[in-house]
Amino acid sequence: MALIYDFLAQGVQVAIVLMIAPLVLGVTRKVRARLLRRVGPPLLQPYSDLWKLMHKEAVLAHNASWVYRVAPYAMFAATWVAAGLVPTYAHSLVFSWAADLIAIVALLGTARFALALAGLDVGTAFGGIGSSREMLIASLAEPAMLLVAFTVALIAGTTQLSAVAYHMMTSEVGLRVSLGLGLFAFVMIAIAENARIPIDNPATHLELTMVHEAMILEYSGRHLAMVEAAAALKLTLYFSLLICMFIPFGLAPAGAPLPALALGMAAYLGKVLVLAVLLPIGETAVAKMRVFRYPVFIGSAFAAAVLAVFLLFVSQRF
Amino acid sequence: MPVIVGLWCVAAFFAVAVLAVAAGRHRSGTPLVYGSAFLVSVVALVAALAALLNAPAGAAALHLPLGLPWIGAHFRVDALSAFFLIVINLSGAAASLYGVGYGRHEPSPMRVLPFYPAFLAGMNLVVLADDAFSFLVAWEFMSLASWALVMAHHTVAANVRAGYIYLLMASFGTLCLLFAFGVLAGPAGQYSFAAMRTSSPDATLALIAFAAALIGAGSKAGLVPLHVWLPLAHPAAPSHVSALLSGVMTKVGVYGFVRIAFDLIGEPTPWSGLVVLGVGGITAVLGILYACLQHDLKRLLAYSTVENIGVIFVGLGLALAFEANGLDSMAALAMTAALLHVFNHSLFKSLLFFGAGAVLTGSGERHMDRLGGLIHRMPKTAVVFLVGCCAISALPPFNGFVSEWLTFQAILVSPQLPQLTLKLMVPVVGALLALSAAFAAACFVKAFGVTFLGRPRTPAAEAAHEVDGFSLAAMMALAVLCLAAGVFPGMLIDLTAPVVTSLVDARIPGQAALPWLSIVPIAQSRSSYNGMIILLFLASSGTLTAAVIHRFATRATRRSAIWDCGFPLAAPNTQYTSSSFAMPIRRVFGATLFHVREYVDMPRPGDMRPGHYRVKVFDPAWRFVYGPLARGISVTASRLNGLQFLTIRRYLTLVFFALIVLLIVVATWR
Repeated sequence: MALIYDFLAQGVQVAIVLMIAPLVLGVTRKVRARLLRRVGPPLLQPYSDLWKLMHKEAVLAHNASWVYRVAPYAMFAATWVAAGLVPTYAHSLVFSWAADLIAIVALLGTARFALALAGLDVGTAFGGIGSSREMLIASLAEPAMLLVAFTVALIAGTTQLSAVAYHMMTSEVGLRVSLGLGLFAFVMIAIAENARIPIDNPATHLELTMVHEAMILEYSGRHLAMVEAAAALKLTLYFSLLICMFIPFGLAPAGAPLPALALGMAAYLGKVLVLAVLLPIGETAVAKMRVFRYPVFIGSAFAAAVLAVFLLFVSQRF
Repeated sequence: MPVIVGLWCVAAFFAVAVLAVAAGRHRSGTPLVYGSAFLVSVVALVAALAALLNAPAGAAALHLPLGLPWIGAHFRVDALSAFFLIVINLSGAAASLYGVGYGRHEPSPMRVLPFYPAFLAGMNLVVLADDAFSFLVAWEFMSLASWALVMAHHTVAANVRAGYIYLLMASFGTLCLLFAFGVLAGPAGQYSFAAMRTSSPDATLALIAFAAALIGAGSKAGLVPLHVWLPLAHPAAPSHVSALLSGVMTKVGVYGFVRIAFDLIGEPTPWSGLVVLGVGGITAVLGILYACLQHDLKRLLAYSTVENIGVIFVGLGLALAFEANGLDSMAALAMTAALLHVFNHSLFKSLLFFGAGAVLTGSGERHMDRLGGLIHRMPKTAVVFLVGCCAISALPPFNGFVSEWLTFQAILVSPQLPQLTLKLMVPVVGALLALSAAFAAACFVKAFGVTFLGRPRTPAAEAAHEVDGFSLAAMMALAVLCLAAGVFPGMLIDLTAPVVTSLVDARIPGQAALPWLSIVPIAQSRSSYNGMIILLFLASSGTLTAAVIHRFATRATRRSAIWDCGFPLAAPNTQYTSSSFAMPIRRVFGATLFHVREYVDMPRPGDMRPGHYRVKVFDPAWRFVYGPLARGISVTASRLNGLQFLTIRRYLTLVFFALIVLLIVVATWR
């Protein structure tokens, strides 16, 4: 019975990230539109988009290979598994030990690998430009992310996300220089990895400026739905990571009674909502960068993360 | 017992080499030679596996009255040599199986067949040797046999240059090792490893021996800046030999270093750990950055070997640093990471070189910009090559990720090191390692994407064909092993435990008894990873989603022309090439580091001549190390040339002064 309960708790987490992901995207779009004095699409528009795309016929190029057809599912699966393993409303869930923070970063790497290959599959210049730029961004953002992972791991003494959240929540971590630098780096990485302004514009269809959109240019129908769903999941995953590493208050322990779990869930959803509102506010304040400015942007995240790790190696108290 | 089996296997390899000389010209000679080499490798592999499983019972040694009369030849199989025998013979067996099919396309079989088993014999013998003399003889034999294989296609000018540089670097490396052993043997001339183990040299001598071993073994393994021969020589050989050179012979270099630094010298100093860490980190990043800029598939793979050797040496450096400070259990973690990466890299690098060989057989091309779309013509090769690419890019659930993850875990426990210099060094190396992991993904997206995906760029790529069954079987076996080693890493870790125990007097906790086959290097509360669960989750969520969508939404599919934003260009050379794919990385990281220069020759409007775009990339090792070195040698040589034309009086004066100086040296020495 206890085991069933444990599995159920994990299952709820896996399901909840998938269910709220389009809504999170809807909130960011709505807020952004309001900030630009537009009415904006309804909050639930991403669900309708996904529904519509799933029921449409998928158009494939004549020379599209199996890589092209499998990549959306592989990418979606990797992102979903990663998102399902980040603690959201409760820590120490039954599968929390299956993958630690480093493994979750690597799972996102798997998703990106699949998508970048898909961009090259049909053999168009746009697909290539997207893949090539995506890998450039990743080649700086992924190590920066790993270094942020090192930062929290060195403070908490573990790379297990669940244990990290528990440590940050219960012990006297306090305000730390390293955590501040880590948060700064993490936010920049999250912006870059989720193809948001100023790195990439999720709404663009201007060929020369796009990165993520260029890679998926040829996709349609259910494949496009998978790619879009994975992108939405990734945004939610980064929100969950931020919440779990830096603001984990309110997290319930796995075996807690239902009211405590409900409270944890409410806290998680509230925090996600706040982040989903903050993101477009930040986005509307800046302009998109040109491609060869990216390294400066992500490089500063990398530098901040290196500095944080460096400080922690010098003294655990930083 | 394992020593005797090992030596018989070496003898059998030599017999196969003799057989190759006799039967090589026959049509059936090629399969015969590779088939026998395969069988011998399998026997050696099984024996080595048995030896490793029995390792706690103690090492087996043998003394033969061969070689120098007052030394004889010592051979010994302990846990370390058994582990490396497994690495050698596993890839050796795969390469031999691959060779049965691939060898048929060899234009001059007599230049490959006799040397191939001899090369395998040499590598086995290095690992079996238990005294300095037999070690060096075996080492040099291995180098010469591999040199002959590098020179197999000697009519190509580039290969001749590669062979020359390889020969120079190999002799230099052996010279350094000779020096290291000389220092360790001491004035009494104790050449057997057993004697070196018991005697403990004083600190200065140990440091000198360590430095010489690092340079000597590092030149074989491919540490920056001693790596320059590697990207030239490895691609020059036939592909199954390239796989052995890159996947296995570099590991024999690692073996030489581990044997001397951990086993023979004894207590390491923190400084040695620092140096190895730094060299490893730099090697990893420079190797993979350079790999990103390559257009030749085999050269790209060779440079990526440099990166992986860097990762292995980071693990070894951490192990040295921990060991020097008495942190045995952490040293065990770092050592396990390094050994696991040795094993994993031998698997996926062999696989990738086999894949490159298959591409070469199938299309006749290894320049990526002239390939493309091979996934349609060579579907099976594409799958296994993709597995190799995923594994080497350290993507879960494949095996490359596990060893990389363990290395990161070892870095995360290193704040406990007492020395401030090491504390400052480790985060830098951690950042370099993280960078190299990300570049590896970019590099192999390019390698697979440009070669196998897209549209064929040349008629040769369009007419490519799938390779034979033997080659495919070898590649598939390695691909399955790559996945298995990633999904069940606990077994591998337990297998390396006796090796780690023998080197650093500690081991990481046993993994076999853990629930769900997870791996837990230190403690459950600290970190754990479960490849099997990840694979199950990935597979189930992916198939579940696909099934749900196909069942409840739609599975209708229509084929149509490429859309490409409304302006599809028919010419396949409008696709991204390997150089354009690498352009952002080249521009961001290469301009200062590699002194990249781009030359654009754009004709004026109305001018009908074609435009030209050239990119020049310089290896900093050539610019800053070997260029000045070569110039220095040439200047010194031309100066000294004057000594040839002196009068007899001057020669006599010279001899007189030389005698005086030598006498002074002898007088002060005593």
